[in-house]
Amino acid sequence: MDNSIKKQKIILTAALIIGLFGLLLILEQLLPSSSMLFVVLKKGAIYALAVVSMNLLNGFTGLFSLGQAGFMLIGAYTYAIFTIPLEARDMVYQYFDGGIIKFALPVIPAIILSGIVTAIFAYLIGLPVLRLKSDYLAIATLGFAEIIRAFFQWDKLGPVTNGSNLLKMYPVFHSVIFPFAVSGICIAIIVLLINSSYGRAFKAIRDDETAAEAMGINLARHKQISFTISSFFAGVSGALLAMFQTTVQASAFRATMTYEILLIVVIGGIGSVTGSCLASFLFIACSEWWLRFLDNTTYIGSFKVPLLATGFRKVFFSVVIMIIVLFYNRGIMGTNEFSLDALIGFFRKRFDRHRKEDTAA
Amino acid sequence: MTDVVLRLENLTMQFGGVLAVDNLSLEVKKDKITALIGPNGAGKTTAFNCITGVYEPTNGCVYFYDEAIVSNRPRGKMKKLYAGENTNTDRRIISDTHDMNTKMGIARNFQNIRLFKSLTVFENVLVAKHMRMKQNVFTATFRLNYREEKRVREECMELLEEQGLLHLRNEMAGNLPYGLQRRLEIARALATQPRLLLLDEPAAGMNPQETQELADFIVRTRDKYNLTVFLIEHHMDLVMRISDHIYVLDFGKLIAHGTPEEVQNNQRVIDAYLGVAEDA
Amino acid sequence: MAFIEENLPYILAGISVGGQYALIAIGYTMVYGILRLINFAHGDLFMAAGFMMVYLSATLPLYIAIPLVILLTVILGFLIERVAYKPLRKAPRMSVMISAIGVSYFIQNSAWYITSGLAKQYPTIPVISNSINVLGSTTTVVTVITPILTIVLVAALVALIRYTKIGMAMRAVSRDFETSQLMGIRINTVISYTFVIGSFLAAVGSLLYFTNYTTVTPTAGSMPGLKAFVAAVFGGIGSIPGAVLGAFIIGICENIIKGLGWTTFYDAFTFALLIIILIAKPSGLFGEKSTDKV
Repeated sequence: MDNSIKKQKIILTAALIIGLFGLLLILEQLLPSSSMLFVVLKKGAIYALAVVSMNLLNGFTGLFSLGQAGFMLIGAYTYAIFTIPLEARDMVYQYFDGGIIKFALPVIPAIILSGIVTAIFAYLIGLPVLRLKSDYLAIATLGFAEIIRAFFQWDKLGPVTNGSNLLKMYPVFHSVIFPFAVSGICIAIIVLLINSSYGRAFKAIRDDETAAEAMGINLARHKQISFTISSFFAGVSGALLAMFQTTVQASAFRATMTYEILLIVVIGGIGSVTGSCLASFLFIACSEWWLRFLDNTTYIGSFKVPLLATGFRKVFFSVVIMIIVLFYNRGIMGTNEFSLDALIGFFRKRFDRHRKEDTAA
Repeated sequence: MTDVVLRLENLTMQFGGVLAVDNLSLEVKKDKITALIGPNGAGKTTAFNCITGVYEPTNGCVYFYDEAIVSNRPRGKMKKLYAGENTNTDRRIISDTHDMNTKMGIARNFQNIRLFKSLTVFENVLVAKHMRMKQNVFTATFRLNYREEKRVREECMELLEEQGLLHLRNEMAGNLPYGLQRRLEIARALATQPRLLLLDEPAAGMNPQETQELADFIVRTRDKYNLTVFLIEHHMDLVMRISDHIYVLDFGKLIAHGTPEEVQNNQRVIDAYLGVAEDA
Repeated sequence: MAFIEENLPYILAGISVGGQYALIAIGYTMVYGILRLINFAHGDLFMAAGFMMVYLSATLPLYIAIPLVILLTVILGFLIERVAYKPLRKAPRMSVMISAIGVSYFIQNSAWYITSGLAKQYPTIPVISNSINVLGSTTTVVTVITPILTIVLVAALVALIRYTKIGMAMRAVSRDFETSQLMGIRINTVISYTFVIGSFLAAVGSLLYFTNYTTVTPTAGSMPGLKAFVAAVFGGIGSIPGAVLGAFIIGICENIIKGLGWTTFYDAFTFALLIIILIAKPSGLFGEKSTDKV
C-alpha cells in the first residue's frame, strides 16, 4: 500500500478518535450529569471491553469459555481491595478489624494490577482446563467461576475480601471520558493483537486445530496466551465496573452476567470487534434506557395496557435475542469490521452509479 | 551426515483384531522422491497417519534424521492382541506434540484439504510462517517485529507466485476452486520451511494435465528447496514419472520395493493390483 | 458408626436431594448423548414446573393439578426443542449451546416477570410432606419416597431403552447420528421422545424437590440444574446409571459438607468435583472413551 495513502488513513483515524472524545466533552458540558445518556455511555464502554475480551477468546480463538463473570469478579475485587483509602478501611472492613491490607494504591496502577491478578488466576485455571473439548471447557470454566464466587464470599478470607459484605469507599470516576479512554486503549491493544501474527494463529486454531498444529502452532501455548490475555482485559473491565457501581459484592457476579456478555457477543457478531462494541452500547441503551417503558404499568384512559409490568423489559429482550440467535446468528456485523476503506468504497460506489445514470439519461 | 531422512522400523498398527499396517520398515533417502503405493485399503494412509502422529502405532518406531519421533510398543489390551513379532523397546521420543515435528522440518498436506476457511489465501500461507518468526506476544502486538513481518510477507508472496496464486491472495481460501485449494495447501506446507515434505494423495481429483503439472512442480520444488519428498499416491503416471524409489503395500504388508522399472515388472505387485485368478 | 448417627439428618437429606438431582440429570445425559448438546435450559424447566404447581394448585384440586403440571412441563420441554434447537441442528455446536443459554435466559426472565420477583411458596402435598421417623431422626416422607421412586423410574427407563423399538432407536442415534438417519430412523421422533422423557422426569423431580425446599424463585432451577449436569458428567455422559449414581454421590456429599459446617462451599464442592473428574477421567465413571477418526 502506498505510504501516502497509509498516512492519510492514520490521520483520518486519529481525527475520528479526537472527534469522538471532543463530542463526549461537549456533551458533558451541555447535559446534566445525571442524564441517562451518560449512564448508558459509561456502562456501555465498560461492557464493550468485557464483550471484546470475551470475543477474543470465544470468537477469535474458538474457545467456548463461560468464566467471564468470575474473571470480572477478580478484577473488581482486586481494584477495590487495593484502593480503599486508609481512613476508610476500618469502616469498610468493620467485621475484620480493618482488614489485612493497610495501604492504598493510586487508581491506574490498581487497574493494571487487577488485570495482572486476573491473568494469573486465568493462567492457573487454564493449565488443566484448556485441554478439554469445547462443551466440557464451557462447563469447567462455568464451574470455576462459581468456585471463585464462593471463595470471595468465604468468611475466612474476610480480612482480604470482606467476606460476604460489600466493598465500598474506593476511588470512582465521574467523567465519561475515563471509561472511554481506558476501554478504548484496551480495545485498541486487543485489535492490534488480533491483526498480528498471533491473531492469525488464534484464527487458525479456531478454524482447524489439527491443521494449525501441522503448521507448527503449539496449541496449548497459544490457547493459554489467548485465555490469559482475554482474562487480563476481563479483569480490567471488572475494575471499571466496580468504579461505576461504587460498591462491589461477589454475589452480583453470577453466571447470568456471563450469559449476557455472551449474548452481546452473538448479537454483535462472533469475530467482529466493531460488532461487539456496537452491540454493547445497543444492549445497554435498550436495557437501561429505551425499553424502560416496558416495565411501567401504563394506562390509556382507564384501559390497562396488557403485558407492561415490571420485568417485561427483560422478557422482551430475551425474545429479541432468541430471534437473533435463531435467524440472524451471524449478528449485526458477521465477521466484518468497520474500516475506512469500506466506508469510502461504499460512498464511491453510490457516486459512480449516480454518474452513470446521469450520462445514460 | 546421514543419508536417511525418514526411517520406519517394524511399524505396526492394529485396530482391535484388524492388522492395518503389518511390520512395515522402510527408508526415505535425502533429496530423493520416495513413493508409497498399493491397492485401496492397503494401509498407506494409516501408515502415513502414524508417521505424522495422528494415530499412535501399536508397535514400532519412526526416525527423522536418526532421532525417534514416534515410538510405541504393545500395551494393556494390545499385549494379548498383538499379532506381530519384533516388539519395540521403549525409546525416548524427542517431540511431545505434533507442532514440534513441523518445527523440526516435517511438513504435510491433507487428503481432505484443511485450509483455514476464514483466512485469506495470503493469510493461510502467512500463518505457516508464524513459528519461524523471531517474536513474542508483546513485540508482535506492538508491531516491534516489523522487520520479521516484512521478511515473512515477501517470502509468502514468492511462494504464492510460484503456485500462480498471487493474484488471488486476498480471496477467502474457502472460495477457491478445488485444484487451486490443493496448490494453496502445498504452498502453505512449503512456507513452514521443511526438510521433508509428506504428500498425501496430492493429485487426488486432478485430470491428466494437472497431474503432469503437479509432477513437474514437485520435482522443481525438490530441486529448488533441497527437499526430500515422501508421497502416497494412486495416480500411477505421477508415481512412475518422478519417484526415485517406490514401496508397495498390500494388506498392510510390504510386498515389494525398488525403482519404478523394478516395481512395474514385479509379479507380486501386478498380482496385488490386478488380483490373482481363482483356481477353477 | 457414630459419624453416621450424628449426620443422619444430613445423609438422609442427601439421599433425598440426590434422587431429585438424579431425575434432572437423566434429562441432561440423554439429550447430550443424542444431540451432544448441554441443555442449559433443563434446570429452568424444572423451576418452571415448580411455578406451574404454585399457580395451578391455587385454583385446582391437587389430584388434577399434579398430572396437569407434569403434562404442561412435558409440552414445554417438547416446544423448547422444536423452537430453539431443531432449527439449529445443522449449525455449529456453539450456536446451539448459545440458543440453550438464550432459552434459559428467557425462562428465567419470564418467571421473574410473572411473579414480579416475589418468591412463591410451594403448596403442601398431603402424605408426602408428613414427618416420619427414620432410624431416630425426623424427616419428611419425601425423603424416603424419593430414592425409591427414582430407582423405580430409572429401572423403567432402562427397560424401555433396552427392550423397546424406540429405545433401540435412541441407542442407535446416540452412537451415530447421521447413519441412523440413513437407516430410516425418524430422527425427529427419537429426539422428541428424549425431550419428553427428560421433561417428565424433571417434573416429577420438581414435585419432590419443592416439597422439601418450599421456596420457589426464578433462579431456583439453575443450581440444581448445574449440579445435575455435573452428576451426568461424573457418571459418564450418555450413561443413565452413571448419572443417577453421580447425582446421589453429589447429594450426599454436599449435605455432609453442610453438616460439617462448611456451608459456604456447599455449592462449590460440586464444581470442584467436576474439575477433578474432567482432569482425571473426562469420560466419567461409566463413560466410554471415543477415538476421533481423522
